[in-house]
Amino acid sequence: MSDSRTLSAYVHVPYCRVRCGYCDFNTYTSTELRGAKQSDFVDHVAAEIDLARTELSQAQDTRELSTIFFGGGTPTLLPVTDLVGTVSNLRQAFGIAADAEVTVEANPDSVDADYLGALAQGGVNRVSFGVQSAVPSVLAVLDRTHNPDRVPEVVAAARAAGLAVSIDLIYGSPGETLDDWRASLELVAALGVDHVSAYSLIVEDGTALERKIRRGELEDPDPNLQADMYEMADVAFSQMGLGWYELSNWSRSSTTRSRHNVAYWLNQDWWGFGAGAHSHLAGRRWWNVKHPAAYAQRVMAGESPAADGEVPTSSEKYLEDVLLGTRLVEGFAIERLTPEARDEVPALVAQGLIIQDAAARGRVVLTLQGRLVADAVVRRLT
Amino acid sequence: MGDWSGMSPRAHKPLQPASTAPEQIRNFCIIAHIDHGKSTLADRMLQITGIVDDRSMRAQYLDRMDIERERGITIKSQAVRMPWEVDGKTFALNMIDTPGHVDFTYEVSRSLAACEGAILLVDAAQGIEAQTLANLYLAMENDLTIIPVLNKIDLPAADPEKYALELAELIGGKPEDVLRVSGKTGMGVSELLDLVVAQIPAPVGDPNAPARAMIFDSVYDAYRGVITYVRVIDGKLNPRQRIQMMSTKASHELIEIGVSSPEPIPSEGLGVGEVGYLITGVKDVRQSKVGDTVTDFQKPATVALDGYTDPKAMVFSGLYPIDGSDYPVLREALDKLKLSDASLNYEPETSVALGFGFRCGFLGLLHLEIITERLEREFGLDLIATAPSVPYEVTTEDRKTVTVTNPSEYPGGKINSVREPLVKASILAPKDYVGAIMELCQSRRGNLLGMDYFGTDRVEMKYEIPLGEIVFDFFDHLKSRTQGYASLDYEDAGDQEADLVKVDIMLQGETVDAFSAIVHREKAYAYGVLMTERLKKLIPRQQFEVPIQAAIGARIIARETISAIRKDVLAKCYGGDITRKRKLLEKQKEGKKRMKMVGRVEVPQEAFIAALQGDEEVKKK
Repeated sequence: MSDSRTLSAYVHVPYCRVRCGYCDFNTYTSTELRGAKQSDFVDHVAAEIDLARTELSQAQDTRELSTIFFGGGTPTLLPVTDLVGTVSNLRQAFGIAADAEVTVEANPDSVDADYLGALAQGGVNRVSFGVQSAVPSVLAVLDRTHNPDRVPEVVAAARAAGLAVSIDLIYGSPGETLDDWRASLELVAALGVDHVSAYSLIVEDGTALERKIRRGELEDPDPNLQADMYEMADVAFSQMGLGWYELSNWSRSSTTRSRHNVAYWLNQDWWGFGAGAHSHLAGRRWWNVKHPAAYAQRVMAGESPAADGEVPTSSEKYLEDVLLGTRLVEGFAIERLTPEARDEVPALVAQGLIIQDAAARGRVVLTLQGRLVADAVVRRLT
Repeated sequence: MGDWSGMSPRAHKPLQPASTAPEQIRNFCIIAHIDHGKSTLADRMLQITGIVDDRSMRAQYLDRMDIERERGITIKSQAVRMPWEVDGKTFALNMIDTPGHVDFTYEVSRSLAACEGAILLVDAAQGIEAQTLANLYLAMENDLTIIPVLNKIDLPAADPEKYALELAELIGGKPEDVLRVSGKTGMGVSELLDLVVAQIPAPVGDPNAPARAMIFDSVYDAYRGVITYVRVIDGKLNPRQRIQMMSTKASHELIEIGVSSPEPIPSEGLGVGEVGYLITGVKDVRQSKVGDTVTDFQKPATVALDGYTDPKAMVFSGLYPIDGSDYPVLREALDKLKLSDASLNYEPETSVALGFGFRCGFLGLLHLEIITERLEREFGLDLIATAPSVPYEVTTEDRKTVTVTNPSEYPGGKINSVREPLVKASILAPKDYVGAIMELCQSRRGNLLGMDYFGTDRVEMKYEIPLGEIVFDFFDHLKSRTQGYASLDYEDAGDQEADLVKVDIMLQGETVDAFSAIVHREKAYAYGVLMTERLKKLIPRQQFEVPIQAAIGARIIARETISAIRKDVLAKCYGGDITRKRKLLEKQKEGKKRMKMVGRVEVPQEAFIAALQGDEEVKKK
């Protein structure tokens, strides 16, 4: 069964120079680390790579990696040799397909031309810049430290190194206006990139941002303003020649999509390496222990770093399939819906939430309005 | 506990029931406010007279239920027979425990009617309260001999001089005559029992007349069925006798007759003036109504004893299980409580907002509270109660009159007149709070009938006030405006015509039945604004705009709008953490299941509950 699925690798680099107020990802600044040194990171991941190789070999799984993604945290906080070394460790263990997509997330202020050149030399072929906003006041609310003026420069450097470039944006931050957002969209237009991800800010419990909002220091993001921003972005991106292919992702063509992320949405297999990383393999999901020190201890002792896992039940799998599938522009096959869910389709068409022509062709594909209420649509189909 | 047997003689040989001469019987009750120590004093009497040994003494022996024990109030009264010796002569003292609260006036009046005397028990640190005053007046109307007693004189805060003066002014007599006791230490209790014998008249009755006994209480016991407490007026009741209830003509054979001392002891019968219990095997207290007269089936009395009335429900509320699947449990629980509470009545009702429940009638607010709490505690139910309502007599233009106990049943069309129940309220408070109380009562359409100062610093204010105005949150306001010092009592005072209207609350044009209210026209707007604002805060935004309106008939008097929400999607998939996204959706779906639909509007039940409770702090998610 695993034969029909592709295999990807995700490498989680749980380090940041500063923690952004909105971020609830598994990441640590150096002061938070209790003994797990950043410099040993590459060795710890190498140990997990060995474990993974052994496990897959036992299952006679010989698939090569079709995508690799370094996410964080801030992967580019590490010396470039660590990232390149990890790519080489992965290549040695699994093999990397000739056309594989190998992406590194980067902050505009943590890389330069040399660094990007070295990444390209080491087998990386795509870089995703966390630009977030072109407006300094918005960046300040997000605790982002980079100077937006540097963005064109690093994008040019990445291109010069032969890397494909994607831009990450966040919209709907406290205090951000439609004009602020327009400025960020104009920056993307000026960069002429082939891929952009735009995420609405989510105020997560337990973050500094959430505390500031609770104390009234910042205003709670208005979901309706975020909806306006989404609509504005969708129009702007299509004018730039970027079409939506996933709720929060736009691409120039099908070949410039983020193949790694698409693998998630199609429920392919992937092994997540590093503290707190999530994996999905042969119908099972699991996730690693969160703290780098606990992670290091496990892998260096030759033990699995998995904290817990689950095999989704058939109804859980159905919910996952629908929620992931409907995020994509290809949509979800109506024939795979339950009979009750199929009965909902005409109403969803009538309410303008899914595209009539697509439904006629047997697919649930969200309209622009439907994308804004995708969770409500999924709830009705599951 | 100490040994009091040396302080005053315990009776060596108690008198036998059924063969005790009326001259050797004393029937009395204790009138006291909650917390003034009635139960503790009663315990001490049981101990001093020797009918409960010191070892098995349980604090507050007479209060059976947990709720009573916790709140320190007595809901169900009982009668205990205690032997006592004075000057070498043995007496049988029947202590009849009376309910001490505002909703049980009728039961109190029947308990009083079973006695010749009453101990007026007042906390020496607090003085008399409105409730006690009301019961005292009731006792005086029944021509009972009153023995004034100050309790808790062992407390450092006790001010017996001040309150003895107050009591003397109230009932006549000299402050020095007010007995001072401590139920806690037992001090003065023997002297009190001696006074009961000396001052309270012996019962009088005709031993040869057909039997007549008054029911002053009936209690349901899971093992024995209904236990009926009676006071024999004339004639005699015997074991195995066939008895008849004079109001219903129902007849039963006595399975057991006896006295409580304080455990039930079967006897050879009950004679004139005696107090005891009857067991007939019936399972429903409705067959043994408080105030009814028990007579002999073969040789019945022709005239029943005075004072019997059916208890009338004055406060109505819908009770709903928060978890709809608990509805059968609620039904069963009410059926069970009904066995022991003749004044509880209910019928099924459905509500758009709250699902399936029961419309329940109560004697008053405390009764409502006690029943709700018993349902929750004894049956493990989670309940929501709609705002209490009172019975309105509504006459429509075609001259039909209906009694409306649920605002959602208010007749449509043109209304000729509405009559609302009135009560006479007595509020007792330190005189500094007169202004605050007047302000409150005026805002509730109260009409001041009079003010009586007594003691040095307290005043009794008498108001005529619509019952509907005090059932909601009057007592809370009264307490907060008087820093807890005011006490309240009320009694039925007929009804009056009033300019009342029904205010409906609508979501997208659909009436939400649970929020309809019958209010005075002048307050309709305030109610409408309050509820629409409250619901706006509590109801989550929908994918469309939702108007919330308050209306009198077709006329909108207040309006709020919940703006539409255009975004319902979590943009990010958190790397490969699909599990988290799935769980979020599962949680959302679970939440939706608990939603109630009002038209197209999805409302979490918690929002309805919070709106009913006036709790706006519920987090909106």
